[in-house]
Amino acid sequence: MRNRTWLTLSFIIVLAVVSGWIALPGSAFDIAGMRAAHPVRQGLDLQGGLQVVLQARPVAGQTLDSGTLEGTRQTLERRVNGLGVSEPLIQTRGSDQIIVELPGVDDPEEATRILQETALLEIIDPLGQYLPPGTLVDTTLGPADDALGAEAARSEATPASPEAATPVATPVAATPVPTARTTTGPVYETIISGAELKSAYVTTGNTGMNQVVGFELQGDAAGRFFQYTSSHLGQPMSIVIDKQVISSPTINGAISTQGIIEGVPPTEVDDLVIQLKAGALGVPLDVVQSRTVGPTLGQDSIEKSIVAGVIGLGIVALFMILYYRVPGLVSVIALLIYTAVVFAIFKLVPVTLTLAGIAGFILSIGMAVDANVLIFARIKEELHLGRSLTQAVESGFAHAWPSIRDSNITTMITTFILYLFGNYTGTSIITGFALTLFIGVVISMFTAITVTRTLLRVLVALGLSDTRWWFGANMPEPSTPAAATQ
Amino acid sequence: MTRLASKRKLWFTVSLLVIIPGLISLIFSGLKLGIDFTGGTLWEVRFAQPATALEIETALREAGVETAIVQRSGPANDETFLIRMPEVTEGSARKAELVQALETSVGPFTEREYATVGGALSTQIRNRAILAVALASIGILLYMAYAFRNTRRPLLYGSSALVAMLHDVLVVLGIFSILGLLFNVQIDALFITALLTVIGFSVHDTIVVFDRIRENLAKHPDESFESIVDYSLAQTVVRSLNTSLTVIFTLLALVLFGGGSTRMFVLALLIGIISGTYSSIFNASQLLVAWENGEIQRLFRRFTGARADPALPAA
Repeated sequence: MRNRTWLTLSFIIVLAVVSGWIALPGSAFDIAGMRAAHPVRQGLDLQGGLQVVLQARPVAGQTLDSGTLEGTRQTLERRVNGLGVSEPLIQTRGSDQIIVELPGVDDPEEATRILQETALLEIIDPLGQYLPPGTLVDTTLGPADDALGAEAARSEATPASPEAATPVATPVAATPVPTARTTTGPVYETIISGAELKSAYVTTGNTGMNQVVGFELQGDAAGRFFQYTSSHLGQPMSIVIDKQVISSPTINGAISTQGIIEGVPPTEVDDLVIQLKAGALGVPLDVVQSRTVGPTLGQDSIEKSIVAGVIGLGIVALFMILYYRVPGLVSVIALLIYTAVVFAIFKLVPVTLTLAGIAGFILSIGMAVDANVLIFARIKEELHLGRSLTQAVESGFAHAWPSIRDSNITTMITTFILYLFGNYTGTSIITGFALTLFIGVVISMFTAITVTRTLLRVLVALGLSDTRWWFGANMPEPSTPAAATQ
Repeated sequence: MTRLASKRKLWFTVSLLVIIPGLISLIFSGLKLGIDFTGGTLWEVRFAQPATALEIETALREAGVETAIVQRSGPANDETFLIRMPEVTEGSARKAELVQALETSVGPFTEREYATVGGALSTQIRNRAILAVALASIGILLYMAYAFRNTRRPLLYGSSALVAMLHDVLVVLGIFSILGLLFNVQIDALFITALLTVIGFSVHDTIVVFDRIRENLAKHPDESFESIVDYSLAQTVVRSLNTSLTVIFTLLALVLFGGGSTRMFVLALLIGIISGTYSSIFNASQLLVAWENGEIQRLFRRFTGARADPALPAA
């Protein structure tokens, strides 16, 4: 029993040191950039930025299926990547809405305008070169600079999807690939633009084995495409959306109205169809909700919340020590470990911290204190019944457990439903709040049961068993905190 | 120890005195709904030099916005203002006009926040919020019926906890309705979050008392239910107050020192948690006693009887 206590104590110390190390602000004591890789992720309301809810408004005769919406989402994602925003979030909501979150974006008005534009699909003549996906190109329909945020995308220059970069059936490997900077590169000729594409679909290839992407062209485009493909057999062509290459298949035969794109990896087939469709159809989007937070408001909020948090915690710590004496001090240590563990989890998961999230965290501190208060009240009762300190600590925990369990489970039920509610409505403030409160409640149960109990056991084992006064027994009930300080 | 249970009529009266004015306000003027529920635009701006709400309102009216509500947010020398107006989309030409109008008539400013919500979206949020509360209530009721399955009436505990929870929701809604009436305080999506948190806390607090009652019922089977409740309350009241006090300390710190955008959110939490502490001691447990003594059933019979009586002579 005692060995286990010491073992748990060493575990707690390790846990406290590790999570304290992760939770520490700033960049001191970093090992191999591990801490730098896990910063606190701040929500829009803290670091400033733009949140937009876009509503798809299909044009007459157009039906909106999940494929179209997903294609539109991917198109938005490509554009947003061009804006150079650090951690953009683009997700579909329900059957006809898309939520875009752009933290720290400089010009929200420009960003909103960019999001609403429809995508431009082109099939270009890459001049015999194999252009890997992700390459930005200038075309006869306009230079890459016209495409949104081309500048930022260039600096990244990594392919949008790594798998797509691998093989198209017969990649022309030897030819030098135009690098990310294309302003000095060639202007590629646009053979087909999105408006001329009638449809795209998944079909089976000539061998009947593989899934390939089929597409159909409108009247006059078909003639032009036939001319081009018949004179470029065996060479690659590039499919470009918003001036960014998404695929470079090889031309295996002349194509007029109907064609297939072979050599697309099986996992990419569906995606390419969606992208072709979205580029061609591009469902119009309306802004139904937007929220811009300036960087100064966020900074204000962070500073104020930290001040409020420190003052709040300080008062709680003072109150616990004055009222519960040694156990109070133990609970304050447990609370500090609790705070470090929760913060470390926030960084590792990572949980996006919003103002509501901070409120949820502060509230969870209250619940963590509650578990300790329940335990200490029970220990005191057991001491008044004449139990020894060791017995009192053990049975105090045993008796407090049902209350801690039941009350925390109901809070978890509420936070769980809150999370679903927030997720469904796309209200990130609510999901943020629910998530931090949930993590807080779970960890608070752990610290109350493990940390507080082990620290108290250690105190008892260290021979404090004669000083029952420290545990608030053998004294009249302190009616005010002042009484306890005598 | 005072016998809390014997004065239960007083405790119920205190609750009613708090709830009834809020309820009247709720019925006759409702809640002031923010743009999250009605649709519209919320614009927070900070001017470089002294400005007044009237100046901003006039500038906007000249630009064609008839129904803008402008309020100073933050301290007097901060020159930060909240503008509420019908929906003007971010990035639209209309917004550029309004920015222009404010800059020429009032002065240069920085935009701290700009939020627009379309009207159609808002009913969605409200309906989902009601559904979320209903689901949370069912979840809590089921869990409590399970946790108290060994008592004589498992459902009574869950129901009493829910009534106490409803009490807290009504207190918060009522007070915010009055605040809306007096100070034009609006409720937003964060307010819903606060309400749901209050629900969680309220039940959390009630369960601790109920757990003690369950334990004492098993320990002292010969005692009357009323004295068991009194005894259990005496044992848990210090804990209830201490826990609530620590939460109230942190929330008070947030109200006083925290940012303006969460102030109303924290205020809603604060009211709810004070109400939650009161209701778990003075309502939820007393409801158990009232039910066990048959008082609620009698009241219910009298109510239905009273309704039936006037009908008799007419027949």
